[in-house]
Amino acid sequence: MNNIFFFLFPALYKRKMAEPARHAKKSWKKHAPTFSLSKTVLALTLLFLFIPLFVIIIYSFNDSKGAEFTHPSLIWYRKLIFESEPLWEALFNSLIIAFTSAAVSTLLGTLAAIGCNWYKFKGKRFIEAVTYLPMVLPEVIVGISMLIFFSGIKMPLGLFTIFAAHTTFCLPFVFLMVKARLDEFDFSIIEAAHDLGATDAQTLIKVIVPSLMPGIVSGFLMAVTMSLEDFVITFFVAGPGSTTLPLYVYSMIRFGVSPVINSLSCVMIAATCLLAFVMRKGLKTFAASH
Amino acid sequence: MKNTDERPPAARWKNKLNQGALYSWPMGLWFIVFFIVPLIIITIYSFLRKGIYGGVEPQFSLRAYEQMCNPKYGILVLRTLRIAVVSTFITILLALPCGYAMARSKYQTILLFLVIIPFWTNSLIRIFAWMSILNNDGILNQILMGLHITHNYIQFLYNQGAVILVSVYMYLPYAILPIFTSIDKFDFSLLEAARDLGANKSQSMFKVLIPGIKSGIITAVIFTFIPVFGAYTVPLLVGGKDSYMLGNIIVDQVQKTRNWPLAAAFSMVITLVSVIGILWISRANKKDAKLKSVSTKEENYITGGQK
Repeated sequence: MNNIFFFLFPALYKRKMAEPARHAKKSWKKHAPTFSLSKTVLALTLLFLFIPLFVIIIYSFNDSKGAEFTHPSLIWYRKLIFESEPLWEALFNSLIIAFTSAAVSTLLGTLAAIGCNWYKFKGKRFIEAVTYLPMVLPEVIVGISMLIFFSGIKMPLGLFTIFAAHTTFCLPFVFLMVKARLDEFDFSIIEAAHDLGATDAQTLIKVIVPSLMPGIVSGFLMAVTMSLEDFVITFFVAGPGSTTLPLYVYSMIRFGVSPVINSLSCVMIAATCLLAFVMRKGLKTFAASH
Repeated sequence: MKNTDERPPAARWKNKLNQGALYSWPMGLWFIVFFIVPLIIITIYSFLRKGIYGGVEPQFSLRAYEQMCNPKYGILVLRTLRIAVVSTFITILLALPCGYAMARSKYQTILLFLVIIPFWTNSLIRIFAWMSILNNDGILNQILMGLHITHNYIQFLYNQGAVILVSVYMYLPYAILPIFTSIDKFDFSLLEAARDLGANKSQSMFKVLIPGIKSGIITAVIFTFIPVFGAYTVPLLVGGKDSYMLGNIIVDQVQKTRNWPLAAAFSMVITLVSVIGILWISRANKKDAKLKSVSTKEENYITGGQK
């Protein structure tokens, strides 16, 4: 199951590669004929991945309302900032949910990762198995089952139900990020802390948590991203008055496309780049701390 | 629990109170309340009778499953399966050379960064971008008409082709990343050995590299296939009548027709497919782990256990 994690953060695992393998790879590289087909496919695929993003960026600077490009202007950015009240409210809702659900899932996920990595207890296998399910199960199923659950217990749909749903699908990511960090943890420092007279709580707060910090921070950021991104699950568990940013974007796409969505998309793409950059730096220090 | 060496390290210094349960069960409980219980509820709902005004009546019935066998829905399941298989096939076909080129490249970090950016961009925005490319007055039609290839616009959107194209776009990074990781960890001296033993380039690729990265490929297949199989947003926004999929019918049954048992029964189909997928990945990974533990033992033997 570790592969799920590999696929999210492959960079973390590079250091683990055995020395002989790394050596062999280098020597193979010398003899290897240049395999240009794969490079061509990679270049074309990257082009394919980025063309839609570029199209959006170009359109966002377009003056006209239609599809034809007339001349560059910043009118849609001005409209985005000054004439989009509901959009800012939606963003505010999104941020509240993202940070609360990320905080709760970071707390629960970190503790659970510590518990599952170092202890044996009843139900450990159950917890580990259940953790992977929300990551793989299609969002429609998670969303529908939660909607039916909330309506079954007569819980009014709103910010709280969105928060609960988001925490559920963020937890596995935090759990796995922290667990990966724990796998490389030197257990003797805890024994040292105990030998020096620290209580359990002191060890947890002063020794374990600080040395797990890189994993916890990446898990938290991951959770914030996931929460800000999610549309499908939110779509089911949101009620009136709890519109989040993706829900707002959806209504913009579905009913009445205004070019404001281009400038909004552009801002969101920029935010993604920034986040990926921050995370990448975090991951590097994470790997380098060994 | 008698043999001390078998226990994880923490158990050796702490016996009185099992903190593992204390640390882990809050998350376990959270999953039970907000994930397992809802899943159990829809499982039960699929075996109940439909209520008159939506909801269900507490009465056992297999009506939902009978309805599901209706050929109208059979076509829908087959169509969903076909779209998912075709999208997964194209995605893997593109992801294999990409993963290979990335793993062999000197610029791994930058390439990873480039693959991750579209992956983390909001999915609705990515779909919207494709809509504005493929639209009747979108950029593609403008280019085609500008070059006088066609005189009238071509309808690219709202059909199965568009659904497959956008699905490939959405899940390509999901497939590239695990394949990249497994190729990156692959021991390339094996390829050298194969060549020394007389295999040609394609033989060494297909008989040594591909089997060696099998678990990565399986992960990529599952992580593409399951989301496409349960897709809702993509067929809703870029699909037409010929690309109405399982995800759409589930939502319509819940929100419009209000036939909750039928929606629950369809959800069971998707859940079953996903669980089979997960079991397949974990089996492949277990095999991998076994192979690895054997090879590390050999390595230790060669190096005399020194690290």
